[in-house]
Amino acid sequence: MPDVNRGNRPLSPFMIGQYYRPQWTSMTSIFVRITGIALIVAGLMIVWWFAALARGPEAYATANGFITSWFGDLVMFFSLLGLWYHMLGGIRHLIWDSGRMLDVETSERFGQMMVVGSVLLTIFTVIVV
Amino acid sequence: MRYLTDRKRATGLGSAHSGAEHHWHMIVTSVLLTGLVPMFVFTFGLGLGMEYDQAAAYYSRPFPAIIGILTLLVGFVHFRSGVQSAIEDYTHGFLRKALIIAAIGLCYTLAAIGIFAIVRIAL
Repeated sequence: MPDVNRGNRPLSPFMIGQYYRPQWTSMTSIFVRITGIALIVAGLMIVWWFAALARGPEAYATANGFITSWFGDLVMFFSLLGLWYHMLGGIRHLIWDSGRMLDVETSERFGQMMVVGSVLLTIFTVIVV
Repeated sequence: MRYLTDRKRATGLGSAHSGAEHHWHMIVTSVLLTGLVPMFVFTFGLGLGMEYDQAAAYYSRPFPAIIGILTLLVGFVHFRSGVQSAIEDYTHGFLRKALIIAAIGLCYTLAAIGIFAIVRIAL
């Protein structure tokens, strides 16, 4: 379609920055992406743990020692929180894809539920495991 | 003049003949992960911190080992596609291509190392 004007159309402003105030919908959405990308850190540590376990007792002691140290625990704790949050965010996307819960009020309430739900699931996991 | 319905165009039959596969791929992997992730969290959480002999014995059992393999496989494939979307949103040109290839390479490498390790522990 060569006759379409592609250069001079109004652009939709980016959701974060000076154009919009922070909203539950935009903030919970960007945090789904942030948590998803950040989970690569936990992914690396988990793969390291398995590789060390396959390698032998000495390698295992190093990897397991690091991951269960206070620093490793901290990373794993926030990764767990991020993992549950990201999963709830994914479930929200699956519901949206089915055409349900698309109105603003329900989306905002679901966003608040994701935050509360991920904290509760993290507390539950820490108690059980 | 458009002879295609909106739905046909959206499901991949527009002029590009493709387009919705990435989204469908994310749906499939995320549905699988909603089942796998809770099972992995509670099996891996048990194994983490065990003594070497205990941990090796635990991951020799079929259930934790198979859940671990599936979660690493589906999880890294899901990450691969998710991070590709993020890269496509924020970068352009050569950098975009380089980052996408690097991310895909990293994901397959980590999945291979993790799965190889679990198979080795279990067998």
